[in-house]
Order: sequence, then structure tokens, then C-alpha cells
Amino acid sequence: MEAFSQLLNGFAIALTPMNLMWCLVGTTLGTAIGVLPGLGPALTIALLLPITFKVEPTAAFILFAGIYYGAMYGGSTTSILLNTPGESATIITALEGNKMARNGRAGAALATSAIGSFVAGTIGTLGITFLAPVVVDLALKFGPADYFSLMLLAFVTVSAVLGSSAVRGLTALLIGVWFGLIGVDLQTGQPRFTFGLPELLDGINVIVVAVGLFAVGETLYVASRYRLGNDEVIPLKGSLWMTREEWKRSWKPWLRGTLFGFPIGAMPAGGAEIPTFLSYYVERKLSSKPEEFGKGAIEGVAGPEAANNASAAGVLVPMLTLGLPTSATAAIMLSAFQSYGINPGPLLLESQPQLVWGLIASLFIGNVMLLVLNLPMIAIWVKLLQIPAPLLYAGILVFATIGTYGITQSPVDLILLYLVGAMGYLMRRYDFPTAPVIIGMILGPLAEQNFRQAMTISAGDWTVFFTRPLSATILVLVALALFGPKLYSLAVKPKPEGVPGDA
Amino acid sequence: MTGSFGGAGWAARLRPALGEIVIAAGVLVLAAVIFWQTLSIPVSPIYAKVGPTVMPMITAAGLAILGILLMVEALQGGWRTEEEKNVTPDRVALLWIAAGLVLNVLLIGPAGFTIASVILFVCVARGFGSKAILRDAAIGAAFALVAYFGFAQTLGINIGAGIVESAIERIFGLGQGS
Repeated sequence: MEAFSQLLNGFAIALTPMNLMWCLVGTTLGTAIGVLPGLGPALTIALLLPITFKVEPTAAFILFAGIYYGAMYGGSTTSILLNTPGESATIITALEGNKMARNGRAGAALATSAIGSFVAGTIGTLGITFLAPVVVDLALKFGPADYFSLMLLAFVTVSAVLGSSAVRGLTALLIGVWFGLIGVDLQTGQPRFTFGLPELLDGINVIVVAVGLFAVGETLYVASRYRLGNDEVIPLKGSLWMTREEWKRSWKPWLRGTLFGFPIGAMPAGGAEIPTFLSYYVERKLSSKPEEFGKGAIEGVAGPEAANNASAAGVLVPMLTLGLPTSATAAIMLSAFQSYGINPGPLLLESQPQLVWGLIASLFIGNVMLLVLNLPMIAIWVKLLQIPAPLLYAGILVFATIGTYGITQSPVDLILLYLVGAMGYLMRRYDFPTAPVIIGMILGPLAEQNFRQAMTISAGDWTVFFTRPLSATILVLVALALFGPKLYSLAVKPKPEGVPGDA
Repeated sequence: MTGSFGGAGWAARLRPALGEIVIAAGVLVLAAVIFWQTLSIPVSPIYAKVGPTVMPMITAAGLAILGILLMVEALQGGWRTEEEKNVTPDRVALLWIAAGLVLNVLLIGPAGFTIASVILFVCVARGFGSKAILRDAAIGAAFALVAYFGFAQTLGINIGAGIVESAIERIFGLGQGS
């Protein structure tokens, strides 16, 4: 099968000493930063992006792949030991994992999480290998109108799924779209929303927004509530190895979790929350010891962790094959691709196969490295967790400044960074999801491009979006996603409020 | 307007939540700003339907609708959970961090990266309650210097050489790699 031979080529590239080193650096950095509470994979990649400017593309992407997976592994460690999950996908892990840790079974929780992630990551990466060419074939039938509708679908599902309210998610998304529109419009040469500032002619750099929202905003938010809580790190007692029984109880959840995670992650806007929640629910139903759930059941860690990692692999499928990022992390990686002048999409697999397959091969290798890194080196990561919060967040902000100032040496960018940070704080305080901002910023201009191409081809005919069968089908899905949940809840339970006579 | 919201029932549900109202108003203001700025973008007739103003207009319209929806929610009691509402933010901490950020921006050009970063570091640490200023300054300085030379030497990225950096470079005879 052609995919397989391409994959072998990819391995040839990934296994060179230089690239292996980059993989190692990536996974180590990713884990180290992913372990730190409050720093998720999106922010990690955004902060480390400037490093890659001096490095050639293949190496840079191997680095990213390592960071991506590494950050997920690191985040799981934090959830288990500290009960403050780095991001929403690890909430479930925190649920059972932390309880296990309190029972002295922290080692087993970490082990099942690491091995489960490895299994899921490997199967998921295999999934990418075989799924990517299939999706590419399908994608080649897409015209600009279909792409535009697909992006609309991504917009809607991302905003409606991430966070608790579609209205707030869409607001965040549109703010991001606006950010993306700032700068010179490439098609007409017209500056937009630059408010007379020459620095804005090139637009706002997505790193500034990502770091502003996730680092500065998060720091402000945590600071405002810091004295109000105290998180203790659970010491690592007990053996790191799992007992036979724990292995027996873990392996099926690993596989089931992967089965949930990968397909859902691969769909536009699947995200990682749904598969992990789903896996937890299913494991609880299927377990022979349901009473343990809530007190530290190993299936509750094994399944969701596998689901989490499998969906991380799944997210790469639309990103690499369609150029469609379905998570903030994918959006940042996409913008990194763009800064190298590479545009992910169906043509990428043909024009730059060594890049894509090298990347996929590195994901495999990265998985192995992470398994080796995480289990024995766990003590080091725990030490990192014990850095006192004041120093940690101070360091994060200084690093954020480096990342931003280092790109352009422009104080305007720094001011933007801090203003976005303030906005991020308000968003966190008022329960607006922040990831859609990044996705809107990257996808917005792409959507606009496709919209214009579609309109140009159809000579100004609006209905083209509805007359092309692919586009029309997708738009129906968009409507379903937007109005479906509301209609469903109205139909199933008639609203109690609004009934006359109610107090 | 009351008619479409169920008459008397709506007025009874009116429990304005101040914070959310401000946010919703902010979104509406943003929509208005985008709209106003878009009007000043010249559109050439050839591009009428696919010009530079289409997407901005859609964005402004979308934000306006969402702003109204948010305002409705805000007037009906807001959307935050009870737990969130009862938590008052620690404003002193926020001020310390804000001060650090502002000083950083002001000083990074004239005084250089290290000095500005140390001040930022100390301010943020103070915002989180750390009173050991000298220790924090030392750690911050060490961190900043390592970061600076790491970036400058290994990657050749200039992140704002200033007083301290030039002094150290002179002492150790390090040139700036390019």
C-alpha cells in the first residue's frame, strides 16, 4: 500500500540523528512545560514557536510533534498529582486519578495513564497514516464553496462545543475573526482596522494573541484568586508499576478509549472533551466494580487518558489533510506551517510528502520516547510541580515577553500582548471560552479567501453555497449544530418558565 | 419589546447583573466600532460583492446579534454560576501584575531586557504574595540572563540588549552571534 511505503520513507527521515535529537528536545520540553499547571499544549507551542524560526521546516515540525504529545503527557501528570487539570480534557483524569493518588496508588495511575497514552498514540498515529490519503482523496473533490461551508461548520461546532454556551463561544470566535482581519487585505491591498498604526499593517501575530490569552490572561486570573485556594502536591508513594490486576483492568479501557478518541478528534470540532467524558461514562457502565468510581477506579484513568491522546492524534488528520484546525493547538501549528510558506491541505501530501510523513513517523518515535521519559523520570517532573506559584507565573510572563518581543522588538506588540491578556482575564472571569479566538483568527482569513473564490467563480451568485451538493449538505449540518440542541431541549422538555401563572 | 418576551413575566425576571451587562455592552460597542471602521474602507465597484468589506460587515453584524443576546441574558440575571459570582477577585494582586507589565513595556527599550524583566518578575511574584523581594530579584535576574544569552547566542535573536547585557558582553568578551 502506498501509504505504508511513504511511512517507511518518513521513518528514514525521522530516524536521522539530528531529527531524533529534535524529537527528544521536543518531547522533553513539551512534557516539562505541560506539567506546569496552567500551561496547556497550545500555549507551549505558542511560546516555543520563536525557537523554530532559525530551524528548517522538517526539524521544526518534528519539534512541534514532540511538544504536542509531550504537553499532553505532562498535563496528565499534573491532573493526577495536583488535581488542578491543565485543561478541560484532563478533568476526568483528575477525577479518578487524583483519588487514586490519595489512596497511595499514584504510581499506578501515572503508569496506566502513560501506557494508555502510548497505546492510544500509536494506534492513533497509525490511524493518521491510513486515514490521511483517504481524506485527501475526498478533499480534492471540494471546491472553494464547499471549503467555506466546511469552515463554517468548524466555526459553529468549535464555538458550540468548547465551553458552556454557544453564544459566548461564537462571540469569542468572531472576536478572533476580527483580529484575523486586521492588516492589509491581500486581495485588494486595502488596509483594514489598522487605526493608523503602521505596525498593524502586517496584521496581529497569532502568537501574540495566543500567549496573551493563555499566559497573561491565565496568570491574571489565577492571581486574582490565588489566596483563595491551596493546592498541595500529593507525594509519590507506592510503586510505579502496576499489579497484574491493574493491567487486566486497564487494557480494554485503553482500546475502547482509543476507539472513541480518534474518530471524534478527527471530525471538525470534535475536541478532546467529548471522547474523554464518553469514555468515562462507558467505563463506569461496563466496569465490574462500579462502586469504585469516584474513589479511584483505574478504568476511569485508563480509558479517558487513551481517549485524550487518540483524539490529539485525530485532530491532526483534518489539520494536515484539509488545513482545517479544530483546536487552538492545531490552529497555532497551522499558523506555524504558514509562516514557513507551507499550506496544509490536500496538495501538501503530494508536494511535500517528506515533510508530512517525516512528521507522522516522528509522532511514533515521540510516543516511544515519551513512554521511556515519563515513567522513570517522573520524580523530576514532580519536582517541577513543586515550584512555588509566584516564581512560576513570574517566569511564565517573562518568557512570554521574550517570545513576543523577540519576534519583532516592537513595544507595540508587547502592549498588544498585555491588552489581549487583559481581555483574556475578562473572558475567563465571565466564562467565555478562549480557544475559539485563536481558531477564528486563523480560520477567518482562510474562510474569507474561500468565500471570495467561490463568489468569483460563480460570478457573484450567492446561491452557489446551496446548490452544490457537498456545500448544501454541510450547511444543513451547520444549522443542526447551531439550533439542534436548543430545539431538542424544547421538544423533549417543554419549558417550565413562561407558563402563565408561574410565580 | 416586552411583548415578544412574555409580557409581565419578563419584567419580573429582570435581575440585572452588573458585570455581565458591562460585558454585553462591550460586545455591542465592539460591533459598532467594527462597523464604523469598515465604512471607511474604500470599495472599488469591481469588487462589490467580494470586496474587503464583506467579511468585516458579517463579523460586525454577528457581534451585534450576539451582543443583544448577551444583554438579554445579562438582564435576566447573568450567566455566571453562583460560585463564580461570590468570588471577589484580589484586586491588589492584579494591580501588582499590571504594574509589572506596564513597567516592563516602558523600560525594555531604554534599559534593556534584563532590567525590565527583573522588575516584571518581582512585581508578578509580589502579586502572588511573595514578599522576599531580594530573593525574587536574584532569581528573576538569573532567569532573564540565562534566557537572554540562550536566545541571543544560540539562536541569534535579539531580544532587547540594554545596559546589563552590554556590560556582561564586554566583561566576558562575548560578541553577539548573528
